[in-house]
Amino acid sequence: MPEMHLPWLEFSVLIPLVGSLIVFLISSPDTARRYSILICSLTLACTIGEWLDFNTLHTFEAHDHWDVCSALLGRDMFVIDELSAPLLPVAGLICLMTVLTTLRTKITRFSFGLTLLSEALLLATFSCREPWPLIFLLSLSIVPPLIELRTRRRSVRFFSLHMTAFVLLLVTGQALVPDTSTAEHAPVLASCLLVAAALLRSGAVPMHCWLTDLFEKASFGTALLFVTPMTGAYAIMRLVLPIAPDWTLHTISMISLLTAIYAAGMALVQHDARRFFCFIFLSHSSLVLTGVEMATPVGLTGALCVWLSVSISMLGFGLTLRSVEARTGRISLATFHGLFEHTPYLAALFLVTGLASIGFPGTIGFIGSELLVEGGLKLSPLIGVTVVLTAMLNGVSVVLAYFRVFTGTRHIGASMLQCRPAERVAILALVLLILGGGLYPQPSVSSRYHAAMHLLSQRNAASAAEPAAGEHGESPETTAMLPPRITPQPNESQPNESQPESTVSQSAE
Amino acid sequence: MNNDLILTSAAMLVVLAPSILVAILAIPMLLGIPTSEALQGKLIRTAVMLGLAASVVILAIMLVSGSRHVMLEPGDWVHIHEEHYHFHIKFVFDRLSVPFVILSWVLCGTVGAFANVYLHREQGFRRFFLLYAIFQLGMIISALAGTIETLFFGWELVGLSSAFLIAFFHERPGPVRNGHRVWAIYRVSDAAFLLAALILHRLSGAGDFDALTGTGVWPLGVAAVDSWQATLVGLLLLLAAAGKSGMIPFSGWLPRAMEGPTPSSAVFYGALSVHLGTYLLLRSSPLLEVSQPLRIAVIILGLSSAVLGSLLSRVQTDVKNALAFASLTQVGIITVEIGLGFRYIALTHMIGHACLRTLQLLRAPSVLKDFHSIENAVGRHLSPEAAGWNSLLPASLQVWLYRFSLERGYLDGFLNELIVRPFTAIFRWCDQQEHRWSRFVDGNEFRESESLAVRGDSLEDVI
Repeated sequence: MPEMHLPWLEFSVLIPLVGSLIVFLISSPDTARRYSILICSLTLACTIGEWLDFNTLHTFEAHDHWDVCSALLGRDMFVIDELSAPLLPVAGLICLMTVLTTLRTKITRFSFGLTLLSEALLLATFSCREPWPLIFLLSLSIVPPLIELRTRRRSVRFFSLHMTAFVLLLVTGQALVPDTSTAEHAPVLASCLLVAAALLRSGAVPMHCWLTDLFEKASFGTALLFVTPMTGAYAIMRLVLPIAPDWTLHTISMISLLTAIYAAGMALVQHDARRFFCFIFLSHSSLVLTGVEMATPVGLTGALCVWLSVSISMLGFGLTLRSVEARTGRISLATFHGLFEHTPYLAALFLVTGLASIGFPGTIGFIGSELLVEGGLKLSPLIGVTVVLTAMLNGVSVVLAYFRVFTGTRHIGASMLQCRPAERVAILALVLLILGGGLYPQPSVSSRYHAAMHLLSQRNAASAAEPAAGEHGESPETTAMLPPRITPQPNESQPNESQPESTVSQSAE
Repeated sequence: MNNDLILTSAAMLVVLAPSILVAILAIPMLLGIPTSEALQGKLIRTAVMLGLAASVVILAIMLVSGSRHVMLEPGDWVHIHEEHYHFHIKFVFDRLSVPFVILSWVLCGTVGAFANVYLHREQGFRRFFLLYAIFQLGMIISALAGTIETLFFGWELVGLSSAFLIAFFHERPGPVRNGHRVWAIYRVSDAAFLLAALILHRLSGAGDFDALTGTGVWPLGVAAVDSWQATLVGLLLLLAAAGKSGMIPFSGWLPRAMEGPTPSSAVFYGALSVHLGTYLLLRSSPLLEVSQPLRIAVIILGLSSAVLGSLLSRVQTDVKNALAFASLTQVGIITVEIGLGFRYIALTHMIGHACLRTLQLLRAPSVLKDFHSIENAVGRHLSPEAAGWNSLLPASLQVWLYRFSLERGYLDGFLNELIVRPFTAIFRWCDQQEHRWSRFVDGNEFRESESLAVRGDSLEDVI
């Protein structure tokens, strides 16, 4: 397997892990916040470094230079591939933005140490492909929110009940998977258990109430960190997709579709902003799962694109709500709050991220949504129509929430509600990412298409993919099934080579 | 300099001028850099003048050279060659798009100049002109779109800017509620449009309008799809057009749209935005040739909307509302013309109507003064005269029609009762059950969400 030029993966896991230990020892919350920002920034730099480094290798997978874990354990513990390469910087971004936008008024209620621990676990999860270590990491990631709920003296019954079921299903399901399992000879019971576990972690209806419960009881930041990276979808890609038979995938697709439309409808009638966010996120993340389980190149590419766009846009959307909540307390969507005049930046971010999440043209979510609907229509008109209807309902509720929070009245208050400099930086970064990714989407689509084809090839040729790694660590069969790597070239967007960059053609009457 | 080079440069200028304007207005707002009203006015004037001049140059060259189909093809925005997926960007200058683009520039320019004075020192001045620029960009993209995806792009921009301009005076709940209502209807229309676009993609393998218009250029093209396919795609496009143009059953949003500032009402709901639906029908009119049921549906929808608009406009007590429904009447007639195949008449009607309505709406704030001037000039009071056929109708029918018109055809109530209320009732019930389940598992632990107000203070919020 090719090596990257530096041990980026290990750095990106170790820095927040060591950082969390340091931050736990710091008693001053303000100092802890500053250290956390520094640590998260370093971690993000590492994840961006590994993404760039990986792109220069022109391969499907790679591992660290001086891979200590491999040397100790005898197997590639941390591996980066086409699927995880962009997820790692997104995960780093989620953590940094969450820490950066935590206001001083909230730092005593928000645990930076646990946040850094969560970041380390999250990055380790996205760097891991081996089933058992992945299951271990997924199980371990439940601990930080659980500790926070305990610290806040809230009931953990709901959360722990669901998460225990998740871990049990995951462990039992994986234990029943034989080593030689493929999609054609899939163990039915094991597939069903793994699918149930992944759906539970993703919050599929009717196993979604733990999500609203978590948002209700935990701090907004912790809840965001736990759900926005969509580790449930990652578990499906790594544990379920390679071995699950087609009928299982179609079942998941239907459940996800039902979840998407149900959550979209529920978002419209919520009067609590946190519950609203929870349902709107659930609706979007279910659309990702719907695409994943289509198992068609276009659908899967769309799902992977939407995965990135939803992670980024829902992060911005959630952070905006969190910032508003930090200023005004819990937000009721039944009444108007009229905060636009006081916080125009937050209003702009709220709108831009909301529109990006529904796939508005010119934003990062547009092409992904198009591909998803296109893939759905190819598979079944019902899927295509439902995806469109879901996007329609989400569009209505996003703008409704915007109007309720930022308009409709004049907010009169004694305290200043303006954005802090750190929040402005976060807002600008997210807006640039959303609009930049929306206006120039080809690199992202090419990369996601390549990842989709790789995943589908793995699924189709899982049993044959193990031996005889090729020059770049791929089996001959896998390589044969993959399309040539699409690298955006300056003139690649031309319809044909004979045409200049912008052409005008005429037809005479 | 040869014609091709001039055409390329002019065509690029037409598309780039509004795009750059949006960027120039948006970036300082995002960075918190203040810009003066005068500077904004200059920027808008420059963009409009450049765009208009370039459009006129294109028209002149087309007329002189006899060409009737000029294409600007920047290429694939996104493509996956292996899956034959292309998001192709193509702009077409033909006998339909060029007049519509020139109309858009003229009306946007007029309204921009008017609004610059009208909204002087208004708190949302910069916000208004950012939305105005987005609208202008959306109109230009929609008018010139050579593929259905490109049209969808512009269509969405128009919808977003329109809804937010209705809610421009956002410190009051009324405009905001109306803006949201219009946005919801636009989303329905967008969903229909997106489905039509994707079905067209599936049928033809590409989203080019060539798939609809076949080999010929507008209006001579013949659709390259069969009757059933044309009916399916056409009905979805008709639904999208009905939503955008405020035709039945979506006519209720027209008076709501008048909550916005007068300049935006004039250019959007009186002139351009309201005609975007009929423009879509004109662009896809070759479909009507191959599908008789579609043609009948278009005529029926246009006719019923025209009759409804005519009835409703007679009972309005607000001048902007009266003009909005008068617009609906004309939009309905234009739709009938499209259904009957009179495409050039429909295009001419659309342009004439848009200009007249812009003038009327811009004069609306001073309508009383105008009336007084006219009355002084003619030396008597102007009183509306009852139509001759009124006496032929029984009194009870007249009363019923009056009430029907006052209630705006019961269309809003119809949509509320049949769609909105049952929909929200189902999900509210589900929400209650979820709360009960959470309380059951958690043992009645206190939840902040349940302490928040469930209802607002307005009757409309209950729906």
